[in-house]
Amino acid sequence: MVPLNWYIGLSAVIFSLGIIGFLIRRNILIMLMSVELMLNAVNICLVACSHYLQDLRGQVLVVFIITVAAAEAAIGLAILVSLFRNKATVHTDALTEMKG
Amino acid sequence: MIPEFIYTIIVILLKIAVVVGVTMLHVAYATYFERKVIGHMQVRLGPMRVGPHGLLQPIADGIKLFFKEDIIPAEADKTVFKIAPIVPVFAALSALAVIPFFEGFVIADINIGLLFILAMSSLGAYGIVMAGWSSNSKYSFLGGLRSSAQVISYEVAIGLSLVGVMILSGSLNLTEIVKAQQQFRHGMFLFPQFVAYFVFMVAAFAETNRAPFDLPEAESELVAGYFAEYSGMRFALFFAAEYIGMIIMSSIAVLCFWGGWTLPPALLDAAPALAVVPGIVWFLLKVYIHIFLFYWVRASLPRYRYDRLMSLGWKVLIPLALANIVVTSLVKFFL
Amino acid sequence: MINKAIFIYFAAVILLSAVLVITRKNPIHSVLFMLLLFFHIAGVFVVLNAEFLAAVQLIVYAGAILILYLFVVMLLNVETESKASRANRYWPWAAGFGLLVAAEIALLVARGTFPLDTAQPMRLGASGVKELGIVLYTRYLVPFEIASIILLVGLVGAVMLAKKRSSE
Repeated sequence: MVPLNWYIGLSAVIFSLGIIGFLIRRNILIMLMSVELMLNAVNICLVACSHYLQDLRGQVLVVFIITVAAAEAAIGLAILVSLFRNKATVHTDALTEMKG
Repeated sequence: MIPEFIYTIIVILLKIAVVVGVTMLHVAYATYFERKVIGHMQVRLGPMRVGPHGLLQPIADGIKLFFKEDIIPAEADKTVFKIAPIVPVFAALSALAVIPFFEGFVIADINIGLLFILAMSSLGAYGIVMAGWSSNSKYSFLGGLRSSAQVISYEVAIGLSLVGVMILSGSLNLTEIVKAQQQFRHGMFLFPQFVAYFVFMVAAFAETNRAPFDLPEAESELVAGYFAEYSGMRFALFFAAEYIGMIIMSSIAVLCFWGGWTLPPALLDAAPALAVVPGIVWFLLKVYIHIFLFYWVRASLPRYRYDRLMSLGWKVLIPLALANIVVTSLVKFFL
Repeated sequence: MINKAIFIYFAAVILLSAVLVITRKNPIHSVLFMLLLFFHIAGVFVVLNAEFLAAVQLIVYAGAILILYLFVVMLLNVETESKASRANRYWPWAAGFGLLVAAEIALLVARGTFPLDTAQPMRLGASGVKELGIVLYTRYLVPFEIASIILLVGLVGAVMLAKKRSSE
């Protein structure tokens, strides 16, 4: 039997990779995908805990996370499309209007 | 313990071999019958040269495609270009695993069979998008873009149209869905779910990129759309995926709406002799009727305009499917 | 034994593709590695007896969200994209911060005790679609409705944001 620690460790590593990806990349698209990576890491952790605790609440939470992730992707990409239409770039460091 | 384990694996492998072999044979002859049926509808004869009435035509086509030179465009993204044709075939063949062809014959009798098929059919779009993008050609790219938007729009309609069936049968397992239909005297969900059946069939045409929704390939405007740059076996794989997709969509229609391999109880009471005929015969017969429907529609209807296609999906089919869900659940709740 | 081998395979592919997702120059390749990742996460869900979530993972994430990403990437110009530098200029700090978080989680996981190691995992069939549906529609009915409102807001918001303003 696979111990629960392994699943939590896997999910922790993916979550950290998501954070690193979100912080270092310039491309907003990859940054959004890193957010999805973090959400997926949490999903793995929740499903594993739900399995080992014999409690369905973890899976219920995953359903909600997937719902929110879908809404987030739709809104994020819509913002991205309108940004690209106005500035013709998807790089975060090119957006410096608010800098004093 | 171990011999039993190995025995199970051997049985599963044999089943896979039989199902894939029979399906590929069907794919080969589906192309032949498509050309024949459309030919006769247009008062032509269709293929006549190879063998009697052109019966060996699919074999000749296969040999030709197999030995054709495999061209990869110089500016293409080579890895993605090579992987792209495998994805839709893989997705389509995986979906076959959960289809029960007759009582007890199914490779993987999982509880979420219907969802699995939906998941696999949504993956088919990746092959098209990857092919369209990696070919680095304008026509392919437009085909890929069209297809990605079309498939995600119509996937919603397919999923929603099957919810009515799920509510009535109370299961996602395809075998149980078939058995649940025996509660009716007419033995199929087609009658209470005719709206869902209509939505499903229209969406299935769009999902498999068949006429009148074949905009991703649209030979008269996009040359051949996403596979314009493909040749030889890679082209054949796309072609096979389209036909396997058609067979799978027909099978879902038969299993969910036409009672699968079973006959209506009313008919069996009237003619008990029909019970002798094995279930696979009825299943295949019903699937052939649906495949013929695909050809018939292709021969009859002109291609849709893209904006009309989108508004049909979002403004007609999805509201219809939603209304069907509401009515079905109300009826199920109060009766 | 065989369970561990399956887990190691899934974990290895997931980690590898996660690294590739955040390092590829071409966003399309990132999206395709993300697809591979979602597939293997669905595999992990199946191993954990969460069949329904595995199917939802494929239908929603792979079938809808990722196709949307692919669609947007293809709308943008990839040619200039692959020439620009990948990371922003603060990347050493950012990477350091990420590693710090990773170390923190590692510490917590290592120090925490999981009395569940020996606990009996969920028996087969106790986490089916039916059970999940019953929990979702009774105990979590209000959050479920809120989730549907979130989806509605997302739908309307995305249409409003991405719509071209015809008259200004």
